Amino acid sequence: MIKQSTGDRFLQAVIYVLLSLILIIVLYPLLFVLSASVSNPEALLRGEVWLLPNGFTLDGYVKVFQDKSILNGFKNTILYTVVGTAVNLVLSIMIAYPLSRRDFYGRNVISALLVFTMFFSGGMIPMYLLMKDLHLLNSMWAMILPGAVSVWNVVIIRTFFQTSIPNEIQEAASIDGCSNLQTLVRIVLPLSAPIIAVMVLFYAVSHWNAFFNALIYLTDSSKYPLQIVLRKLLIQENMDELVSSIDEDKIKRMMQVEGLKYAVVVVANLPVLILYPMLQKYFVKGVMVGALKG
Amino acid sequence: MREAAVPVNSQTPLRKKAAGLIYKRIRKNWDLYLLALPVLVYFAIFEFYPMYGVQIAFKDFLATKGITGSPWVGLKHFERFFDSYYFWRLIRNTLGIGLYELLVSFPVPIFLALMINEVRNGFFKRFAQTVTYAPHFLSTVVLVGMLFLFLHPQNGVVNHMIEALGFQPISFMTEPGWFKTLFVLSGTWQHMGWSSIIYLAALAGVDPSLHEAARIDGASQLQRIRHINLPSIAPTIVILLILNVGRILSVGFEKVFLMQNPLNMSASDVIATHVYRTGITGAEYSYSASVGLFNSVITFVLLVVVNYIARKVNETSLW
Repeated sequence: MIKQSTGDRFLQAVIYVLLSLILIIVLYPLLFVLSASVSNPEALLRGEVWLLPNGFTLDGYVKVFQDKSILNGFKNTILYTVVGTAVNLVLSIMIAYPLSRRDFYGRNVISALLVFTMFFSGGMIPMYLLMKDLHLLNSMWAMILPGAVSVWNVVIIRTFFQTSIPNEIQEAASIDGCSNLQTLVRIVLPLSAPIIAVMVLFYAVSHWNAFFNALIYLTDSSKYPLQIVLRKLLIQENMDELVSSIDEDKIKRMMQVEGLKYAVVVVANLPVLILYPMLQKYFVKGVMVGALKG
Repeated sequence: MREAAVPVNSQTPLRKKAAGLIYKRIRKNWDLYLLALPVLVYFAIFEFYPMYGVQIAFKDFLATKGITGSPWVGLKHFERFFDSYYFWRLIRNTLGIGLYELLVSFPVPIFLALMINEVRNGFFKRFAQTVTYAPHFLSTVVLVGMLFLFLHPQNGVVNHMIEALGFQPISFMTEPGWFKTLFVLSGTWQHMGWSSIIYLAALAGVDPSLHEAARIDGASQLQRIRHINLPSIAPTIVILLILNVGRILSVGFEKVFLMQNPLNMSASDVIATHVYRTGITGAEYSYSASVGLFNSVITFVLLVVVNYIARKVNETSLW
């Protein structure tokens, strides 16, 4: 091993300093939200919370769980996430498996058609008219069917099937009398647990965070997912207040909801934030498999 | 249909044979086709039918007559869009945000990956990755909500800091001049870690013997980064650059829409939000569909052109 030169040591120091700075910039807002959510709202509004909580109260959290629209949003989002992820997964595998097979005649044409939809689409308006004609506005399916198959994820699954499952096993199964479907269910899927886990995560997170479909296709507030409720609470009220003038009543109300706003940010992200560190390596794996092909 | 002119005798049996072979191959795997069929039907309905429906951009859409029954009007809606007061503002904003993102959000993950790759301490490396990836999982609503909370002129922590330093608070979210900067920097904050994964993967594939040899030849760490690591991830950079340049006019609707308010419209109105406002809110379906189509076509052409150039210059391309 050759000894590090002064220049190299200097560079190493610069890298550590820069990375530490980046980490602080990324972490600070997240920690601030956490501290603010348990701080005394008055201290928060006076600007006395910098990093650590000032005072301690769980009022914000209590209010979150008393708010009917937030609870209803949670319920809807959980429903959309569970059903939506199941639909995504089944459809993605149904197309990815045939495309992974070299003896599937027409796979190139079908692949090309699917990839084309990644780069060109009819757009917002024709899609809206279609949903309207199908009478899917204001239904759960409006949250699930548009974008039910992500071509990018299909490519990832297909790549996994092709590279990680030996062709010989599938051929052996077929010689032993397995139909293609039996091969898929009994041989391929049990060997694909890692990629299925990744897909469940990708799809579930995107459903949990979904906002666009609800904005366009839902007008019935009883069907609103969490993100729409959050938008009303975090953004729209703030906007009204910034755009119009402030009176005494509003300031009082602001006091009451300020702590709740930070608490709801924490609660809304809790499922993902709890799951994320445990599942990080799977997420990263998914990106890597995709990168292989890309 | 050119084959039809060729003498029939020699060709027919061969072609029949080929057709028979294809038929055999399909029949052998009939259940694979059955499996794929529902998904193909799904794509026909939810992806290709809207492409067919985009013809309303050239028609005056009447709900009673439907998409096919409405009368053709040629380029009327496109002309209206090109002549409208909004046209240049939309182009300026959409392109402005796109270019700004390309200049800032695109290079940052590359530098981040190069730096993380140089960290020897395993714990610090993993910690840096875990932390920088995390914001990727925040929803757009929550991210913009955090911007509103932090940047509030009276109650936000950023303005508390500005006041503590003795300056006047700034109303960031309503000031048109701040819109693009906030949009791009918050996006960089959220996604730089996640976008760096792909480069880190490429860097992990660099042959260690290259570094070994360079070190023996007396190359400094910086020289090795510059002459070994950077060239190794160059193909990845080119591919992602193609995708990013191609998307320069398709600025994400969600985040712009959420950050938009009546006071910052002059900087925040982009093509996608214009389509939403005129189409979904204003029910001017044909006009907004034509604006959307204009955007999709430009984006698609841009992608094809950039891809072509990249293939000529660099021999790396998407397809």
